Amino acid sequence: MSQPTLVIGNINWFKYASPQTFYPLAGAMIPWFAWAAAILCAAGLYVSFLVAPTDHQQGEAYRIIFIHVPAAWMSMFIYVVMAFWAGVGLVFNTRLSHMMATALAPTGALFTFVALWTGSLWGKPTWGTWWVWDARLTSELILLFLYFGFMALQAAIDEPRRADRAGAVLALVGVVNVPIIYYSVKWWNTLHQGASVSLTGAPTMAATMLTGMLLMALAVWMYSIAAVLHRVRSIILEREHGADWLAGFREAKR
Amino acid sequence: MSIAPTTPSLRDTPPRAGGEFSVLRAVIHRDLLLALRRRSDLATVLLFFVIVVSLFPFGVGPEPNLLRAIAPGVIWVAALLSCMLALARLFAADFADGALEQMLLSPTPLGLIVAGKVAAHWLTSGLPLVAIGPVLALQFDLDQSLLGVLALSLLIGTPVLSLIGAIGAALTLGLRGGGVLLALLVLPLYVPVLIIGAGALDAAGAGLSALPHLLLLAALLVLAAVFTPWAIAASLRISAE
Repeated sequence: MSQPTLVIGNINWFKYASPQTFYPLAGAMIPWFAWAAAILCAAGLYVSFLVAPTDHQQGEAYRIIFIHVPAAWMSMFIYVVMAFWAGVGLVFNTRLSHMMATALAPTGALFTFVALWTGSLWGKPTWGTWWVWDARLTSELILLFLYFGFMALQAAIDEPRRADRAGAVLALVGVVNVPIIYYSVKWWNTLHQGASVSLTGAPTMAATMLTGMLLMALAVWMYSIAAVLHRVRSIILEREHGADWLAGFREAKR
Repeated sequence: MSIAPTTPSLRDTPPRAGGEFSVLRAVIHRDLLLALRRRSDLATVLLFFVIVVSLFPFGVGPEPNLLRAIAPGVIWVAALLSCMLALARLFAADFADGALEQMLLSPTPLGLIVAGKVAAHWLTSGLPLVAIGPVLALQFDLDQSLLGVLALSLLIGTPVLSLIGAIGAALTLGLRGGGVLLALLVLPLYVPVLIIGAGALDAAGAGLSALPHLLLLAALLVLAAVFTPWAIAASLRISAE
């Protein structure tokens, strides 16, 4: 059987599906993404806190959305990406895919927590309470539990191969359930307390606000990629400990 | 596993007519028999259900209106916890005595065997909750016209809990701290069932039809019945490897 190939721009991308070739590539990519994250974050924070106008309804408190919304987007997106890599890993039996899924989980959980935390901080001045059982907040909370479940399951299994595959099944079951959970919570919410808070009815955003939010969203993307690549490298180091190809790397000797 | 699952002698035997379903029947029969011989396990889960439900009035006070309002939620949450508690023994005994490996090696599709096991498990741990739930609802002075809806929602909802929970039970098979881990994996996935199941009673209590909720619950059951046996089978293969 010949090796599978995916050639785009004279590079066979499947070559990088092996930890051995991916490790140096990831190492070379991390500084680019990290610097991009730092620069975008600085620009995003400048626009968000100094340029964007004060909201006439919520005053200065609204500015937390520049962190809250990108974090919430990222938290959901990472779960889908994690489930994607888990599925790829189960189907093609590639170790690196499972390592990616494992590396994505803590970053996803981090952003879920940040989204919940900033949501709570935002809720106090605008809604007058730290927590409402709003559909979005509640499904975000359940998403956090799903991340914790994934990480706890992988942590409880000593054998890496079983941990990878068990986690992958759980991630796939979770990703099927996320829309069901979201809609049931949304429905439950309207059933129980009526439409108390509606984000969709908010006035349209000023252009600078949108710019700030997009810059922050990009910064969050870049940070996530850099952090996940870094974690994947650590996982590779841990799992491939003692492999010949690692002998050339300084960090493997420690 | 020492024997490869593709051993020709196992794979090449054509199954008898209706052979697959006789296996399903045999699995259900065997698991029911095993459960009946260990009646104390069944009683423990039921007692847990009764005790958890009875604790709530101590916590929130004996005010009848309040109790009436929280009754659907309390009974459903207690049913959720009882179902979860019973999951731990779903595959544990078979895993310990090697019967599970035989099931993995069997030419019958594993999903079918697993479906049989989950069905037997529901008959012994879910169905009793359906019978007892309405009795406990009387303690909370729930309107008598709602008792039928409660029983029906539990009847449709608890099999979903067993099916989803079995994935968690298969994934945590033989792990240290498996019980608590199982709760962490399974309880978030139970949320839709809880919302819709308790929602059926709220709707009926408010004078609306409970039918939409029950139909949604039935839809969840159909989805779970079709897809979870695959996931359970895959999880078992991973855990027993």
